[in-house]
Amino acid sequence: MSDERGGRGRGGRGGDRDKGKGGDGPRRGGFFRRRRVCRFCAEKIDYINYKDVRMLAPFVPERGKIQPRRISGTCAMHQRKLQTAIKRARQLALIPYVTE
Amino acid sequence: MSTPRQYELVYIVTPEASEQEVSDLHSQIEQIIQRYNGTLDKTENWGRRKLAYEIGHHREGTYVVETISGSGELVKEIDRRLRVTDQVIRHLVVRVDEALRVADRTRVARRASQARRRVARGLPPEPAPGEGRGGETDQDDDRGEMEVQR
Repeated sequence: MSDERGGRGRGGRGGDRDKGKGGDGPRRGGFFRRRRVCRFCAEKIDYINYKDVRMLAPFVPERGKIQPRRISGTCAMHQRKLQTAIKRARQLALIPYVTE
Repeated sequence: MSTPRQYELVYIVTPEASEQEVSDLHSQIEQIIQRYNGTLDKTENWGRRKLAYEIGHHREGTYVVETISGSGELVKEIDRRLRVTDQVIRHLVVRVDEALRVADRTRVARRASQARRRVARGLPPEPAPGEGRGGETDQDDDRGEMEVQR
């Protein structure tokens, strides 16, 4: 089962970009397929609000670290915006910096 | 003077402060805004909320969000004032007008291109409610394409 996604194989431009990066090749075991679509693109969220904890929460797993793009599938632009939003939310104690 | 900028101010007041003190603080800020010829566009009081981590031995605080239009000097003054106010345990000012403008622009652009594509396909420019989104999920078709490529 291959998890090759994201316009690869379409032969078009941008297809080669993901090739080098880990590209979630064949995964051993029963790993479920991640939906590798940026949530913000799919849901057409233009402004990532730092006050909306419910929107940010899925990108901040238990430990309190920001989830990397390769896991969440967020696109580069939105990951950048998400990053600032999360950092602002942290300053306001809406989201923890770390949880032990 | 240049065009006014829009800022969002969020501050957290100690849980010990009474409602009266919170509203006093709010009117103080309002006065500063007036003094600098700014406008207070919106105020939101979230009330008491648990903090994600302790700030100066406090576990909860009262959150107040204010949307302000004004100059940079105004914000500087507010920032300074909040810094020296002991009741405010944390505050953050963020300039929002530019980000919102960008968001607006992308939204408009997306609508326009969507309309254009729909018209090109011979559909009315606006999608009917409940139309679209749904059919196009992860089919296994990319697998087939991969093999063709190789």
